Amino acid sequence: MRNYDPFVLPFMLGFLFLVVLIIYKFAQWLIRLNMREKVLFRHGMLSRKFLHAGNEVFMESLIHRKMFKANPLLGYMHMSLAFGWFLLIVLGNVESRLHTGAHLNMPYFPIFLKFFVTEKETIPFYGGFTNLMDFLLLMVLSGVFLALIKRMTSRIFGMRRTTNLKVGDKIALITLWLIFPLRLFAESLTAAQHHNGGFMTENVGQFLAAFLPTDQLSYPAWWLYSISLGAFFVAVPFSRYMHIPAEILLIYLRHFGIHSTKVYSSFSELEVYSCSRCGVCIDKCQLHTADIHFNTPTYFFRAIRERSLSGDLTDACLLCDRCTAACPVEINTTAIRIAKRATFSTSFKSDFSYLPANHTRRKADVAYFAGCMTHLTPAIRKAMIAILEHAKVKYHFIDEQGICCGRPLMMTGRLEEAQQLVRKNEALIKGSGARILLLSCPICLKAFREDYHLDIRIMHHSEYICELMDRQILQIPAGTQLFSFHDPCELGRGSGIFDQPRKILSEAGKLVKSKFEKENSFCCGGSLGHTSLSQAQRNIITQEVVNELTKNNPDSLVTACPLCKKTFTRWSEVPVKDIAEIVAEVISLGSTQSDREQNTNSLGIKVHEKQKRK
Amino acid sequence: MRQVVIIGGGVAGLEAAGFLGKMGHQVVLLEKEKAVGGHVGKWDRLFPNRRQGSEVMDFIRKKMDEKVSIITEAGIKSIDTSPDGYAVVLTNGEAIRADAILLATGFELFDARKKEEYGYGIYDNVITSADLERIFREEGKITTADGQAPQKVAFVHCVGSRDEKAGNVYCSKVCCVTGVKQAIEVKEMMPAAKVYSFYMDIRMFDRHFEELYIEAQQQGITFIRGRLSEVYEDQGKVQCKVEDTLTGKPMKVTVDLLVLLVGFMPSPETKRLAGMLKINIGSDGFVLPIDGHISQNETGVPGIFLAGAVTGPKCIATTLSDARSAALQIDQYLKTK
Amino acid sequence: MKKDKWGYGIHPDRQIDLDNANLSLLELVRQSEPSYNLCIACGSCAATCTAGNLTTISLRRINIYLQRGMIKELREEIRRCMLCGKCYLACPRGVNTRHVIIAIHEALKATGYEEL
Ligand SMILES: Cc1cc2nc3c(=O)[nH]c(=O)nc-3n(C[C@H](O)[C@H](O)[C@H](O)COP(=O)(O)OP(=O)(O)OC[C@H]3O[C@@H](n4cnc5c(N)ncnc54)[C@H](O)[C@@H]3O)c2cc1C
Ligand code: SF4
Ligand code: SF4
Ligand code: SF4
Ligand code: SF4
Ligand code: SF4
Repeated sequence: MRNYDPFVLPFMLGFLFLVVLIIYKFAQWLIRLNMREKVLFRHGMLSRKFLHAGNEVFMESLIHRKMFKANPLLGYMHMSLAFGWFLLIVLGNVESRLHTGAHLNMPYFPIFLKFFVTEKETIPFYGGFTNLMDFLLLMVLSGVFLALIKRMTSRIFGMRRTTNLKVGDKIALITLWLIFPLRLFAESLTAAQHHNGGFMTENVGQFLAAFLPTDQLSYPAWWLYSISLGAFFVAVPFSRYMHIPAEILLIYLRHFGIHSTKVYSSFSELEVYSCSRCGVCIDKCQLHTADIHFNTPTYFFRAIRERSLSGDLTDACLLCDRCTAACPVEINTTAIRIAKRATFSTSFKSDFSYLPANHTRRKADVAYFAGCMTHLTPAIRKAMIAILEHAKVKYHFIDEQGICCGRPLMMTGRLEEAQQLVRKNEALIKGSGARILLLSCPICLKAFREDYHLDIRIMHHSEYICELMDRQILQIPAGTQLFSFHDPCELGRGSGIFDQPRKILSEAGKLVKSKFEKENSFCCGGSLGHTSLSQAQRNIITQEVVNELTKNNPDSLVTACPLCKKTFTRWSEVPVKDIAEIVAEVISLGSTQSDREQNTNSLGIKVHEKQKRK
Repeated sequence: MRQVVIIGGGVAGLEAAGFLGKMGHQVVLLEKEKAVGGHVGKWDRLFPNRRQGSEVMDFIRKKMDEKVSIITEAGIKSIDTSPDGYAVVLTNGEAIRADAILLATGFELFDARKKEEYGYGIYDNVITSADLERIFREEGKITTADGQAPQKVAFVHCVGSRDEKAGNVYCSKVCCVTGVKQAIEVKEMMPAAKVYSFYMDIRMFDRHFEELYIEAQQQGITFIRGRLSEVYEDQGKVQCKVEDTLTGKPMKVTVDLLVLLVGFMPSPETKRLAGMLKINIGSDGFVLPIDGHISQNETGVPGIFLAGAVTGPKCIATTLSDARSAALQIDQYLKTK
Repeated sequence: MKKDKWGYGIHPDRQIDLDNANLSLLELVRQSEPSYNLCIACGSCAATCTAGNLTTISLRRINIYLQRGMIKELREEIRRCMLCGKCYLACPRGVNTRHVIIAIHEALKATGYEEL
């Protein structure tokens, strides 16, 4: 029994190279984690999270569950390659063990099993095994075939564009495509000689034997197979396929509680390497409408990896999170974008020394922070005040002369500058003694939730109104109006608020369904995320969105963001309204006094009678 | 006898109808509203000389004879081509033969609610110039929402015009002079009132207009060069936020009544008809004649002519000249047909 | 004083000398944000400005300073901007105001005038 032949060398060398490199890379990523993250990592390794992560690695890296959800054909392609190959290796190992009786075999042995083992009797259930192995090979080959088709025409996959390639990727891609056809070739030729193949290799072998000198070809074929494997392994670290090991580490770290922040870190780098360039994000991006291409995370991450990132590419994004919501690897693409913007925004020297030192300390239960944009949409402000007064809430309008929440600065990567505004607003809000911070602008909402340290409830008015309804403080009479609702990016995808606005609108009238709602909702085009986008480009984006959202002829196009509202109004022929306006139009105070007393605390309702009695 | 169908019974359509009748053609004038007159029918006194709008209307009407038949509340379903011209089909099923069609559908006022930051439809004491004309005509005196005589009144220029964010980059031409005329009228009615005008540029493009501006200055009207950014209503008072660009300082002005000088908009009806007739629309939304200098009334589609504000903002004098010119062109066309 | 200069002898401290103004920043900003050219100095941006409620800042004036080469004046004022974007919503000319501000910061850095 032979168990070595020089042809295994290319495979072995490539394999060793890859293993060393992955260890090196992993070590680098882990060492560069910050202290807090390192602690999380150490704790995580010894906890149940480790097992949960393992399960997810199986589901995502092998089965590609999320990819299946996003695009079944693409999911099958990835799954057949990854899971098929994985099973081939596992089964090969089992067979090798049965054959040699040893627990550990050289790594090449299972891979080239059919070369070394030509007598079926040495492995129990050989027929079953070999047919199963043939089946798996066929599965992998079908994946390769689909990948080839995708390269040639990405239409079938429902994708408009596929990613463009550089040298390292090309080598990796070509060798990857070659590996399995070569395996089929080598195994079939051997099967023609030794009849050790399964249903596929045996027949292909017979077929090839009809016109090829199988005896002379089989040995070179094994060489080629080994070379293609070795070459692929060497190319992996220089290609996108590095995403395979990277994603595994990423999943573990995520389960240990490590997440991306607005500062570019080792974890961000790991996320960047975990991008498989599947291209799912490409089709999600509305900037294509404005004729901006090659800007999506696929290209953005590639530029980071190739160290060719430009300021323009970094800016070319609305930060709408449409791609983030669709990314099967769940990479926080916009956080990385913001983090990278910080490195390009060093020219900014702000001076906020003029900010007032003392704030008026008027007390209120609910601090209403309308936000800069809401100052330009008085209908929203007026509706909110009407609702608050209707519900007898003791509120204080705290930003009548307010300052920006800081998020627009953060979006451009100017985090330090934003901190100065954050600190001012924190002092203002704390000074008010409020238990609820009520916001009308989702941009502010996201900033207050993510970047402020406030120990009070932070609510968007759609949440607040919904809660007033739940507690029967506000009653909305059923109406017959038809509403089309637009989920603002920062409210929906950004803050996970999808249900409350829908609940309110379904009470007040009828809500039309849209293909572009919730996670898949559009960006209105007015986003502050992209600074250099021209008015004309924005107009094209907005017009498309308005056309889509008003095509069912709703009575009004409803949104929950002053910026979306302003952006839409220009183009919409149906009235554009904020959800607060809809509520203010229809409310009637339906609750009794006792209801209100019960609900005093958590919603900040002022109870006049009770206070007078004291 | 040749028959011309005129769509739109504003001053453009009416004037052209009168002349075409006099030239011996049969005219059918279609008006979608209950009465003809268009926008001028809604104005009180006209710039530049403040004569009554009704006088002008009477003058135009007098010219019309029995050759002109008017159909009001007319909805147009389709316009079909026939071997000898067109057939205009109304929503009631009636088909009207036309050897030529004159499109005189005019304009629409900019919907000031779209400029939400100015508070029209949200605050009680924010009105438009068109509202003010109605007040002049029907009420004869100006009051705030709570029935008081306003002490301070401000006019805002360029509402819905020269504004990329409102979707219109063009200048509506007549709102400056309208604003100045109305400011004088307010001042005359209430000499003690303070009257302000917020402008970016004062565009007095025609004869006797600049004189009107001088008159306004003599009356003590305060012109402030700065475009209003937003307003806020507090206890019935309208607070205006503007930069006084001449001193470079932010300025706060509190008034009792704010008048928005709304501009011209191409009407969706015109767009629909233009689609039916396959005539071109410019990037500003108004109908395009084949040549802006030498044939302002022709469309490139044989037998289809244009007159009045359908091709962009115009004052009455220009509209009337344009209508007569269209009548002449149509007459020529029918003679050679 | 030469005869042919009669009538133009404005004291140098009093005048904006456009012939010798430093327009290097202007060119950089124009290239980086073409919509800058569309400003008509209407003042809407300054009127609505969030920072302007609290301090001296006017994007309209900054735009003019840039065109007149008044770099020192401009540099002080522009630093007070919070990039909130309100001015963009107010601008009737579709000037990409936030990007103009960023472009000015970048031009200041590129020309070395930021620290003067
Ligand atoms: C506030 C304001 C004040 C003004 N004051 C003055 C002034 O003092 N002096 C002055 O010289 N100019 C003034 N103007 C300008 C004047 O109003 C216009 O020059 C004039 O109205 C243009 O007339 P027209 O017939 O072209 O359009 P319009 O007056 O708009 O008339 C168009 C007519 O067509 C009808 N129509 C539209 N579509 C259809 C359809 N599909 N089918 C049938 N009918 C249709 C409309 O109902 C309307 O009756 C003022 C404008 C404004 C906005
Ligand atoms: S960012 Fe996500 S969706 Fe986009 S290519 Fe990478 S893995 Fe795919
Ligand atoms: S966040 Fe939005 S704009 Fe940015 S790349 Fe993703 S889809 Fe495109
Ligand atoms: S006429 Fe005057 S108010 Fe009207 S759009 Fe032109 S400049 Fe503005
Ligand atoms: S972006 Fe700057 S200049 Fe513009 S309104 Fe905000 S603070 Fe003012
Ligand atoms: S709002 Fe626009 S046009 Fe007006 S001054 Fe500012 S930048 Fe210039």
